[in-house]
Amino acid sequence: MKWKPIRFIPDDTKISFMKISRFGFFLSGILCALSILIFATVGLNYGVDFKGGTVITIRTDGPANLDDLRSTLGGLGLGDVELQEFGGPSDVLIRIEAQAGGEQAEQAAVSKVKQALGPKVEYRSVEVVGPKVSEELTQEAIVAVVFSMLLVLVYVWFRFEWQFAFGAIFSLLHDVILSIGLFALIGLEFNLSIIAAILTIIGYSLNDTVVVFDRIREFLRKYKQMPLADLIDFSINSVLPRTMLTSVSTMIALISLYIFGGEVIRGFTFAMIWGVVVGTYSSIFIASPVLIILGTKRDWSASVAKARVQAQV
Amino acid sequence: MLHITRLKTILVLASVVLAILLALPNALPAAWQATIAGYTIARPITLGLDLQGGSNVLMEVDRADLRNQLLLQMTGDIRGALREAKIGYKGINRSENGVTVRISEPADLERAAVELEKLRQPVDPGSLFSTGVVVNLFDLDQQEQQFHFTFSEAGLDGKVARAITQSLRIVESRINALGTTEPVIQQQGKDRIAIQLPGIQDPDRVKDVIGRTAKLTFQLLCDDQPTGPGQNPPQECLSLPLQEDAKQQLWVQTSSRATVDGADLNDAQPGFDQNNQPVVTFRFNQKGAVRFGKLTADNVGKPFAIVLDQIVVSYPRINEPILGGTGQISGNFTTEQTNDLAIVLRSGALPAKLTIVEERTVGPSLGSDSIRAGVVASIIGLIGVMIYMLLPYGLFGIFANLALIANLIMLLAIMSVFGFTLTLPGIAGIVLTLGMAVDSNVLIYERVREEWRHGRTAYNAIETGFKAALATVLDSNITTLIAAVVLFGVGSGPIRGFAITLAIGIFTTMFTAFTVTQFIVAVWVRQTRPKEVPL
Repeated sequence: MKWKPIRFIPDDTKISFMKISRFGFFLSGILCALSILIFATVGLNYGVDFKGGTVITIRTDGPANLDDLRSTLGGLGLGDVELQEFGGPSDVLIRIEAQAGGEQAEQAAVSKVKQALGPKVEYRSVEVVGPKVSEELTQEAIVAVVFSMLLVLVYVWFRFEWQFAFGAIFSLLHDVILSIGLFALIGLEFNLSIIAAILTIIGYSLNDTVVVFDRIREFLRKYKQMPLADLIDFSINSVLPRTMLTSVSTMIALISLYIFGGEVIRGFTFAMIWGVVVGTYSSIFIASPVLIILGTKRDWSASVAKARVQAQV
Repeated sequence: MLHITRLKTILVLASVVLAILLALPNALPAAWQATIAGYTIARPITLGLDLQGGSNVLMEVDRADLRNQLLLQMTGDIRGALREAKIGYKGINRSENGVTVRISEPADLERAAVELEKLRQPVDPGSLFSTGVVVNLFDLDQQEQQFHFTFSEAGLDGKVARAITQSLRIVESRINALGTTEPVIQQQGKDRIAIQLPGIQDPDRVKDVIGRTAKLTFQLLCDDQPTGPGQNPPQECLSLPLQEDAKQQLWVQTSSRATVDGADLNDAQPGFDQNNQPVVTFRFNQKGAVRFGKLTADNVGKPFAIVLDQIVVSYPRINEPILGGTGQISGNFTTEQTNDLAIVLRSGALPAKLTIVEERTVGPSLGSDSIRAGVVASIIGLIGVMIYMLLPYGLFGIFANLALIANLIMLLAIMSVFGFTLTLPGIAGIVLTLGMAVDSNVLIYERVREEWRHGRTAYNAIETGFKAALATVLDSNITTLIAAVVLFGVGSGPIRGFAITLAIGIFTTMFTAFTVTQFIVAVWVRQTRPKEVPL
C-alpha cells in the first residue's frame, strides 16, 4: 500500500509570526478592552449555581405552549420567572429567581410550581440552590481559577524561566478575559460547568504554549547566534503542523459533542470550543511575543540538560 | 528503544487484554453484569445521578433553631432549679445570646450562684479539637442580683457537632425505612448532610420525611383559652396553631410537669381506629409510660394536646388514666401520612431543624437521554478523529488509531474497576480526551518526521523521535493535569466526574503513546525493515 500523506501545513512553511504579532497584540488589546467593557456593562448571565434560585426542566404532553405556561407561572408571585424551549418543542426550561425568604422559600417556590403545573407534565430535572450555597460556590469558583493560574505560573517558572512563566500567564489571562467577554456578549448561562470549561481552557491553552516553549528552548540552545525574533518564528513554524493537527482533532471531538451531546452540556461544549480557538491563537501570538518583550537568557546548555534528565527519570 | 524484549511484549499485550476484560462488563446485559461482579472484580461503570436519575440533597443544621431550642430548654431549667431550691426570682429574660435571671433577695445570691453554676451544661467540643477538655455551653457571670447565661461559641459548636451526628443517624434510618435503594448519606463540613438518592420516583415525599423534625409532645391545655386572634398567652403557656385550621390557636402548658416528651417512644406503627380512620399507634418505653400514666391519672377529664412540630394534631379528653403506655394519634390522616409519621416517630426527633440548602434532581428519562447522547457523541467524535488521523499519517495513522482505541478501553476499564463515577461532564471529558489523546502521537510523529527529513536513517529517526518527544509529551500533559486536579478539588458531583475522566485520560494517553504505539511501531520496524519513514 502506497499512501500519499496529506500535509495540512506545507513543509518549510515560513510565516513571520513575530511581525504579525504586532498586529495581533493590537487586536487582542482591543478585544480584551471590549470584553472588560461588556463584562462591566452587560455583565454575565449568572446561572443558579452563583445567583441562587431554581431551574426546572419539564416535558409536556405534546408541544408546549410557552405563553400559557408563562401566564400560569407568572401569577404565582415568585418574582422573575423565565421560560425557554430546551432542546425540543415539548421541553421547557423554567428559571425562577432567588426567593427573598432564603432556603425554605426556595423549596416552597418549587412546590408552588409543581402544584400549578399539575401532574400532567414530566419533571426532567429540578435544581434548587439556596443563597448560602451559591455564595460559597462563587467563592470556590474564583479561588479555583486564580489558584490554577498560580499553579501554572509556578510550574512554568520551574520548568523554564520567569520570562516564559509571564508569557504563559499573559496568554492565559488573555484567554480567560476573551472567554468571559464572549460569554457576556452572547448571554451564555454562566454556571459551575462554565468554570470547569474555563479551567480546561487554561489547561489546554497552556498545553499548546508549553509545546511552543519547549521548542523555543531547544532552539535557543541549538542556534545561539540567531536573533530572538527569528528563532521564535522558526520554533513556531516548526511546531505548526502539530499545533494545527491537535487543535483540529480536539475541535472535531468537541463539535461532535456540541451537536450530538444533548442540550444539558451544550453551553459547556461551546465554551470549550471557543477556548480551543483562543488558546491556540494566544500561544502563538501572545505567549511567544512576550518573550521578545521581556528578553530571555541565551545560554541554556546547563539548565536544559538538567531538565531533560528530570523529564526522563 | 525499538528493541522489544519478550517481557515487554508480554506486558503490553497483557495490559491491553486486561483492560479489555475489565471494560467488558459495560457492554453486557445487566443480568450478566451481576453474575460477573459476583465472581470477579470486573463490574460496570458507576453512573452518576445525572445519568441514572436521582436526587442530590444538601441539608444544613439550622443553627438559629438549635440556639432557640437550647435557650427555651435553659429557661425551663433555670425556673425548675430555682423553684426546687426555693429561691425567689423576678423575671427571666431570653435574648438571642442567652438568658438573664434576677434574684429577688440578696440573701439568696450565694445559694443561687451555686445552683445556677450547675446548669452551665458541659459539652464535648466535637471531634475536631477533641482533647478531652470539656467546654460549657454557657458562660455565667453575675452583676449584683442579675445572673447572665451567655452562649459560648465553642460550646455551641459542640452542640452543632452532636446535632449533626444524631441527625445523620436519624436521616439514615428514615431513608432506609422508606425503602430507597442504595442511598449515600454523608456528613459534609461541620454542619451539613449530603444525601444521594439514586432513581427515586417521588423526591418530594422523601424530602418531606427526611426534613420533618418530628418532635412529639403531649401537653396539657391551659385553663384559659384564647377568645380571639392575636392574644398573648399567660405565663407558662404557649400559643400553638391547630392542624385542621392554622388560624385557630390553642394555649398549651409548657412546664415540665404538664408535658410528656415523645422522645420516650419505643415504637410507632401505622394502623386504623375503630372507625377505620388511619391512625398512628405508639408505645412508650418504661420511663415514658410511667410519666404518661401519671400525667393522665392526675388529669382525668381534662383535654391534652398532641403536639407535632409545634402544631396541635388533636386534643382529646383524658377519659381514664392510660397506664399501659400505649396510645394513638388521629387527625384526618391519609394512609401514606400515617405511614410516614410512624417512620419519623420511630426514628426519633431531629435535634434541630434541617434546611435544604441545595437540591439537584434529574429524572430517569433525562438521565437515559443524556447517556444516549453522550454515547452517540463519543462514537461520532471517535470516528471523526480516526479519519482525521489517517489523512496525514496513513499507516502510522492506523497505529495511532489502534492506540486510541486501546486508550479508550483502558480509560473505561480503570473507571469501572476502581468504581469512579461517570457523570455527563465526565462523558465530555472522555470525548475531550479522544480529541487530545492524538496529541501525543502527533508530537511523536512530527518529531520522527523532522528527524527523518534531517537525514537520519528510518530506524534512527524513529528511535530518536520517540525519545525526543517524550519530554514534550510529559510537559504538555502535566499542564492539563494541573487543571484537572484543581477542578477535582473545587468541583462537586458532576464537575468532579469531568476532572476524574480528564485526569485518568491523561494517564492512559501517556501510557498508550509510549507502550502501545511504540510497540506497534517497533513490531512494524522489525517486520518490514523500512528504508524510509512513511510520514
